[in-house]
Amino acid sequence: MKTRFSGALRHAAVAVASVALASQGFALDNVKFMIGANPGGGFDQTGRNLGKAMVEAGVAKSVQYENKGGAGGTIGLAQFANASKGDPNALIVTGAVMVGAIVQNKPPVTLANATPVARLFYEYNVFVVPANSPLKSMKDVVEMLKKDPGSVKWGGGSRGSVDHISVAMIAKDAGVDPSKINYVPFQGGGEASAAILGGHVTVGTSGYSEMQQFIKSGKMRALAVTSGSKLPGEPVPTLKEQGVNVEIGNWRGVYGAPGITEAQRKALADAVVAASKQKSWTDALASNDWFPAVLTGEEFAKFVDGEHKRIEESMKAVGMVK
Amino acid sequence: MIETWNLLLGGFATAIQPANLMWAFIGCVLGTAIGVLPGIGPALTVAMLLPITAKVDPSGALIMLCGVYYGAAYGGSTTSILMNTPGESSSIMTALEGNTMAKHGRAGPALATAAIGSFIAGTIGVLLLTLFAPLVADFALKFGPAEFFSLMVLAFVTVSSVLGASMVRGLASLSLGLAIGLVGMDAIAGIPRYTGNVPEFIDGIEFVLVAVGLFAVGEALYNVLFEPKTDPGTRNKLSSIWMTRDDWKRSWPAWLRGTAIGFPFGSVPAGGAEIPTFLSYSTERKLSKHPKDFSSEGGKGAIEGVAGPEAANNANAAGALVPLLTLGIPTSATAAILIGAFQNYNIQPGPLLFQTSGPLVWGLIASLYIGNLMLLVLNLPLVGMWARLLTIPKPQLYAGILVFASIGVYGMRQSSFDLFLMYVIGVIGVIMRRFDFPVAPVIVGMILGPMSEKQLRNALSISQGDWLIFFKQPIACTFMVLTILVMFVPMILRKRGVRLSEDD
Repeated sequence: MKTRFSGALRHAAVAVASVALASQGFALDNVKFMIGANPGGGFDQTGRNLGKAMVEAGVAKSVQYENKGGAGGTIGLAQFANASKGDPNALIVTGAVMVGAIVQNKPPVTLANATPVARLFYEYNVFVVPANSPLKSMKDVVEMLKKDPGSVKWGGGSRGSVDHISVAMIAKDAGVDPSKINYVPFQGGGEASAAILGGHVTVGTSGYSEMQQFIKSGKMRALAVTSGSKLPGEPVPTLKEQGVNVEIGNWRGVYGAPGITEAQRKALADAVVAASKQKSWTDALASNDWFPAVLTGEEFAKFVDGEHKRIEESMKAVGMVK
Repeated sequence: MIETWNLLLGGFATAIQPANLMWAFIGCVLGTAIGVLPGIGPALTVAMLLPITAKVDPSGALIMLCGVYYGAAYGGSTTSILMNTPGESSSIMTALEGNTMAKHGRAGPALATAAIGSFIAGTIGVLLLTLFAPLVADFALKFGPAEFFSLMVLAFVTVSSVLGASMVRGLASLSLGLAIGLVGMDAIAGIPRYTGNVPEFIDGIEFVLVAVGLFAVGEALYNVLFEPKTDPGTRNKLSSIWMTRDDWKRSWPAWLRGTAIGFPFGSVPAGGAEIPTFLSYSTERKLSKHPKDFSSEGGKGAIEGVAGPEAANNANAAGALVPLLTLGIPTSATAAILIGAFQNYNIQPGPLLFQTSGPLVWGLIASLYIGNLMLLVLNLPLVGMWARLLTIPKPQLYAGILVFASIGVYGMRQSSFDLFLMYVIGVIGVIMRRFDFPVAPVIVGMILGPMSEKQLRNALSISQGDWLIFFKQPIACTFMVLTILVMFVPMILRKRGVRLSEDD
């Protein structure tokens, strides 16, 4: 009898030990990242690179990541706001994509339910087609769009994301009703890349960093980037160079948990700034074509408010929200 | 082919170094342990172990993380069989027959067929990965939203085989699952549905929570409330530990069929491990020469119903490495975090991986062969020990299950709301058992519902609203035709007086 019981006890011990391991995130200095997208995409890369840099800078003992994809990161945001109230070690990756999703879908939990910490960088999108596509330039795409708006299947991130807005802006610039575009939203960059490679969509768009390995290996052809001028060291022409008057960037940053004190907020911002000076972070910026733009404190909060308005206006202009 | 062989041998040279063997062993042990525990899945564990990438060399760390990934696929079956508590969503099907077998004293054979089936499926899966990875990856990319949706229609139809004796009750359970799956924000537009202004519901209800509530808590409470009062010292019977000749004969084909179903579906993006286990279970249910053994028929548990899904689960885990290594596209949360591990070493999994980091990848693949063997050696001797766990007197056993379920569900996100919810669902589970409603379809509905909604909406968006897309694309059409065959062939055969081996 006793020996039989020891089996059960061992079982229980494993259970307790593993739970203890799992709840380390609540000890000080173990930073818990919420990433509101499935792994493999730009949100994910931002969080993981920043976490790594925080450990290297000695401002975090360890980091944990949780991925919760869907609806422009607002599903992850809802969980973040619920689960980490007052936790001084919790961070969520955010950006223009999330603001767009909030403006468009008006979810019950918004960024107002979290604490602004810092903006990190800007990045630009690239439009790609599978290598065997007959479309050779953005002009070809625009012509196809003018002929039959529904025939161009655009694949990208969630509804209301920078990806979606940029497509609507291209349509408007081409004189096509933006409400007629055929936009297919995917959860996270991984799923979108698979759909583009498999030819399930006509044109795909995503952050340059997510697509560059497919472009370099020749599996996809890059048609245009959304920046004002060519990206350093990349031959891909901009939209403007191809007669499409659209320029749109995507910023990313981090927010803290709701209900943290001003001092805790400053500590988080300081930690992020320290991490942004690490070599691994600057390497990540360079290899992903991210353009550093660190902004913290009230200025960042104001910036996000401004973004809400700007994105809402551009969505109204293209008919995505009323 | 010779070249592949040489590269693989080179990989074995890397993997067999003592340090790497040790990492593989640690990974396998850890993976098995976390697979056993509900709520703590491989994704979380791999994520927690990521920081070691700062200290260990790439081969060692990646070998260990893959060990965790593989080990978890093994370990998940243990609690499903012994306690009716699926540790992962992919081992829900295993609980159906496995636990019934355990209750009839055959926990040993159930555990053994799961372990050996996992080994065989895992090894075949890695072999296919070694030889055909690029080909499989190209095929997998043909799966878009239309193909997925057709696959899910097939899954929905074949799922009738888990509905139990009464179709009406089964469908009622399935609908309950579909309804629970709707709670939370929809994945396309982020519009909250059926949340009743409860903030915890906004991000949806975790299906491990529902599975643990319905299966483990429901059953423990039901036994306390309604089982005839017997001597408190009653124990579960334990009639045999090892598989009999007949067990082997029935397991073999199921292992192979499970592998054939699991591997390809593991390699398609956004596939997940659940659907192949559902399909494998349905296949075994339909093909079995012993339909009376299945638990939904009130039988003593059919061993092929454990062997098939477990093999499918492990072959799926191997399949998921195909798009991961060849395209850099993760098909599961764990695979995605493995990508993070590669990135921590500035290695980008993707089309260029085999060229830029060949020795590392081949070492990793070789270590998968070794890991599989290790897991078998590790798990088989434990079968006897695990099976004896059931000889604990029932009151203590059920109390233990409740404690275990509570720890696991609380551990998911340290939320007391979740714990409360699990017990509410547990009470629903008691009521369902009392009135003879099967619980498995609830989980199936919950998993398939939101996935198929998302794929349907994207597929129709791609086709510009043309519903015929599901018949115009060859792969989608194949699934639709299969669905129709599954639905009508038995009916036509019966009309013509041909009797199938099972009376459905």
